[in-house]
Order: sequence, then C-alpha cells, then structure tokens
Amino acid sequence: MSVKQNPLRKYIRDGNLPHFFCSGCGCGQVLNYFLKAVDDLDMNLDEIVTIGGVGCTARIPVYLSTDTFHGVHGRTLAWATGIKLYKPELKVVIFAGDGDLVSIGGNHFLHAMRRNLDVTVILVNNFNFAMTGGQVAPTTLFDSITMTTPYGSKENCLDICKLAETAGATYVSRWNTDKPMQSVNSIKKALQHKGFSLVEIMSQCPTNFGRYSLKTGDTKKVLDWIVDKSVPKAKAEKMSNEDLADKFVIGEFVHTEKPVFLGTTVYNQDEK
Amino acid sequence: MIDKENNWNQKRLKTGVHFMLGNYAAVEGALAAGCDYFAGYPITPANEISERMSQRLPEVGGVFVQGEDELFSIYSVASAALAGAKAMTATASAGFNYMQEGIGYASAVEAPCVILNVQRCRGENFATHADVMQMRWGASGDYETICLAPSSAQELFDYTLLGFNLAEKYRNPVIIMSETTIALMRERVLVPSYDEIEIVNRAYTDLQPDAYLPFKAEENAPPPMAPLGKGYHTLYTLNYHNEDGSIEWDPKGYDKLYKRITGKIWENRKDICRTEGYLLDDAETVIITYGSEVRPAMDAVRMAREDGQKIGLLKLVTVWPVPEEDIREVAKGVKKVYALEMNIGKYAREIERVCSRYCTVERITKNQGIIHTKDEIYQAIKG
Repeated sequence: MSVKQNPLRKYIRDGNLPHFFCSGCGCGQVLNYFLKAVDDLDMNLDEIVTIGGVGCTARIPVYLSTDTFHGVHGRTLAWATGIKLYKPELKVVIFAGDGDLVSIGGNHFLHAMRRNLDVTVILVNNFNFAMTGGQVAPTTLFDSITMTTPYGSKENCLDICKLAETAGATYVSRWNTDKPMQSVNSIKKALQHKGFSLVEIMSQCPTNFGRYSLKTGDTKKVLDWIVDKSVPKAKAEKMSNEDLADKFVIGEFVHTEKPVFLGTTVYNQDEK
Repeated sequence: MIDKENNWNQKRLKTGVHFMLGNYAAVEGALAAGCDYFAGYPITPANEISERMSQRLPEVGGVFVQGEDELFSIYSVASAALAGAKAMTATASAGFNYMQEGIGYASAVEAPCVILNVQRCRGENFATHADVMQMRWGASGDYETICLAPSSAQELFDYTLLGFNLAEKYRNPVIIMSETTIALMRERVLVPSYDEIEIVNRAYTDLQPDAYLPFKAEENAPPPMAPLGKGYHTLYTLNYHNEDGSIEWDPKGYDKLYKRITGKIWENRKDICRTEGYLLDDAETVIITYGSEVRPAMDAVRMAREDGQKIGLLKLVTVWPVPEEDIREVAKGVKKVYALEMNIGKYAREIERVCSRYCTVERITKNQGIIHTKDEIYQAIKG
C-alpha cells in the first residue's frame, strides 16, 4: 500500500515533525499557507532565508527546509537587514508573533518599514504572549483578562497594520486563519513584492488567550471570536469609528512601490 | 568575503605614514582586514569610526548602516557575518551594554565579527578600564571572547586587523577594547603595504549540502561554514543545538556544544594570546598592564631603571583569554608583580589568581577618569 504524502512535505526540514504547537493553534495553518504560496509560485527554497525570533510563531521557520535564523526575541528585522544588505539576491521572510514584532521588536519593526527594507514579515497575531503562558501583549484588547492582567488590561491595544501604513511599509494586509485563500494570496503578493511587506494573520490561541481571556479552550470558539470581530475593509469604510472600536478590519491596505533600502549611504560611482 | 587576489580594491589600503586619529586608524585597520559590512549607532567617543566608515566603506564596495540602536548593530553584524561578510560594529561603554545580548548570540552560532568598544565610564568621556570584565562576562550563558587592548593609534590599526583575522580563524566575536585616551588621540600611524598584510578567511565546507553538518567540528575547533543561499539549509539558533543545527533537548548536548565553543578559544589560547615584554631579563619586579596605561608605565619603568631598580613591564595585548602562561612565566622569576589599571582594581584579580602562588602582587589603580601619570606610577613602584 502506498502512503500518500502531503505535497508540501518536501519543504519541511527532515526529522522535525511532529511540530510542537498546541492542538488547535493557528501556527500550523500559517505554516501551510506560506508553503502553499511558495509552492504556487514555484519558488526555490534554497534562495529564501527564513527568520524567527522567540515565541510560538518564531518556531515556524525552524520546521522549514531553508537557511534559518532563530532564537533571539525581537531582533528578527536586525538580522534581516544584515542578510538583505549583504546578499540582496536572497529573499528574506520573517515569521513573528505580535509580542516579538511590536513589543520587544517594535523599534526594529518601525525602522525597517521606514527604510523600506525588501523583506516579507508574516505576523501571526494571537493577542497575547503565548509561549510564556498567556501574558498581556500590545495587541491584547482593553479590559481583557490575561495572566498579568487579572483585573483586566488597562492598556490600549495597537493596530499593527495602521502602524505599518504610517511607518512606510509598501505592502500591508490583514486576514485571519479562517481566510486561507486570502491569506495565501496575500503571502504570494508579499513574496513577489519589492519592498517591505507585512501580512498579519490573526490566529487562535486556545491554550492561553482562549482560556484566560475568552474563558474557553475550545479552538472553534476562539476562532469564532476572531471571525465575529473581523470586518472586511469595504464594509468597514461605511461604518462609524464607534462601531469599529473593537473590530479588526481585514483586507489589503497598502500596495505601492518605493525605492528599497540598500544601506544608509550608498556610493554611486557614476555620480563621482 | 574579500578575496585579496581578485577583488581587493586599492582604495582599501592607504599605504604610508599618516598623522591619524585613533578612531580613524581602527577604521583603516578594519578595511585592511577586508571589512565589508559596518553597522553603528551614534555614541561619543566612537562617532569618528561610524563617520569614517560611512565614507570609506561604500567607496570600496562595502555596506554601511546606521542602525536604530546598538541591538540592531550587533544583530545585523552577526547576520551579515553569517551571510559571508567581514562585519564590524563600534560603540562606547553605554552602547556596549546593549550589545551583550547579540554577543551571546554571535558566540552561540559562531559568527565571526569584530566589536570595538571605546571605554568611557558612565555618561562621560573619561579615560577608564572600568569595562574590562564586561568584555569577557557581559552576556548570559557560556562563551569565551577574544579581547585585544591597543595602547596607541598604531595599535588600533594593527589590533583591529588582527581582530578580524582571529574572528575568522575561530568563528568567534572579537572585541577591540579601545579607550577614550587613544580613540581621540592623533599620532603617527604606519599603514603597511599590500604584501605586508596577512589576511585570514574563515574555512568553508567542501562538502555537498546532503553531507554537511553545520556544527560538526574537530575537538576545540570551529566548524567550517556553509554559504548562505546555496541549499545548505543551515539553522542558526541560539537554542543549544546538535551538529546538524537542530534544537537539542538532551542535557548532555548542551555540555558538549559549549565545551567546544569555549574550548575552541580557551584551549587555543597559546595561539591567540599575545604579550610584549620590556626589560624582563633581569627584572626583580614587573608591572603587568594593558591598554593606554602601558604608555606611562613604560616611562615609569625607565625612570626607575635610571635609579638602578631592576624592573620590567609585561604588556597584555590579549586581555581575554587571560595569557596565563606568559604571566606565570614572569611571576616565577620575580619577587613582586604590580597590577596596573585605570579602575577600582578588576583585572588585578586575574593577575593575582595566576601570580600569587609565585610572588606577591600589588595593585596600582586609579579610578578618576584620568590616566596614571608616569610620576604616579614611578612613586608607586619606587623601592
């Protein structure tokens, strides 16, 4: 009897499965979406460097059969810059959780976008610090209960896509794990984009965010919570700010061209 | 990677005699070594390094980035190094604090790179050796650093060049421990000719991707690297890792990995460590010192010699790893060793550890943000 193998299995580093994500976690879905995009585009994984910092999402690249940097919290875009400027021919893809990207890594994120560094960031936003056990994150909604906000969070949450738009990212989109086709399409666009691309995928974390903030460890219920709050961009444009207050707008927000970053100052022999 | 024979750019090397700022000399030393990536963040008194790099590096085909902070500097340097660059960053004490995290990463994944730290005390640009222990012990976890202590603008050139070569040979971060005194001093610098410069390049694997294990190495040696983007699929993780790079969970794996990562420096210290002795042959007492303190110490030794005192000087070019064999050799033949430094007495502990079995050790320290004068040292050593 022949065993049928997942056609994307060839992109996984030998001996690394099963993965260590919790049952119901969206990171496995995002891994699939990325590989589907790579496969559809017929990209050569030898020419892609993947990067993960620290956190659940940061483990995604560890499973990939690519050159990979992993293991330091928040510094993904600093790594990405060193690689991209020295070897511009390589494609650099960063997998980052919300804590990794905009909490500890916020400053690097901001400046990489400002420079229009030619890399792709796939952000998995699960609204909390999951690997460390469910603490409040910059993306946690106001009044949410987490392991470090037992009386509710009194911090305002950050709209990362809005930040990216303001900071100068040249491709920005947001989906959730319930939108596989849109997510794959956006990742494909991001991978083909010349410049800083951000694809945010809101993802269910039943183990920590679900249990503490939503009082359920049920994957479907946590995902339903995200889906109920997700509003397509076209619909959102007709809604009041008040109605959008605790909603997540999904869609493509930015897709433009700008010169990419090659260094803080670049010598041009022709001009001398 | 700089191939001296094929893509050496003549603009790299300003052969000849210059009257040059110490910080500039370090830049020229880096360029001579083949540096082609620099990231830095503004901080006094290291700014002239970034400024000159921003001009010099792009014109020889290198990359210059002014990062958003020192964390950016050290991580982009480590990743550029793993992508093939000869990479460097420069900072001063307060900025060096931030870099410790990245030095830990660079040590764990064995990224060859050079970090120049101009020591300056807290907040102000004082002369100091206050960070000498931080060079070695700043980051968490197990590692060894190679740290070189120049005492002049010329040595800023020489040791930065040497630092790159040692970084390449051992796949390890190398720290150039500069000081305000020499960084902001202008003096004679001789830049040698092309033929006089020795360049060491890291070893790359000759294995095909299927057969290559990125962290498989000889005992106490660095593993050969694989080029990035060529199908080797190397995983460079801070987590402790197997020979194939995968994240290890077996505690014995931790022990094995760090035994090699620290052993490749410590067990090769005879190759790494450099010292210079002056008037040691008949010496009954010896000053052991490093960095710019060597300068007044040398004067003081000459003054004491004129009085007939049999005193010599051991200059530590390599501060870390501790050149134990050379220090011990000196200690065995003398009655007393003076541990001279510009701080509350830090490296003196290392000198005491090595010497106290053989002779007495007396500390001469000054912690005022001012270098010792020759008279102060002379008074301290006068019999």
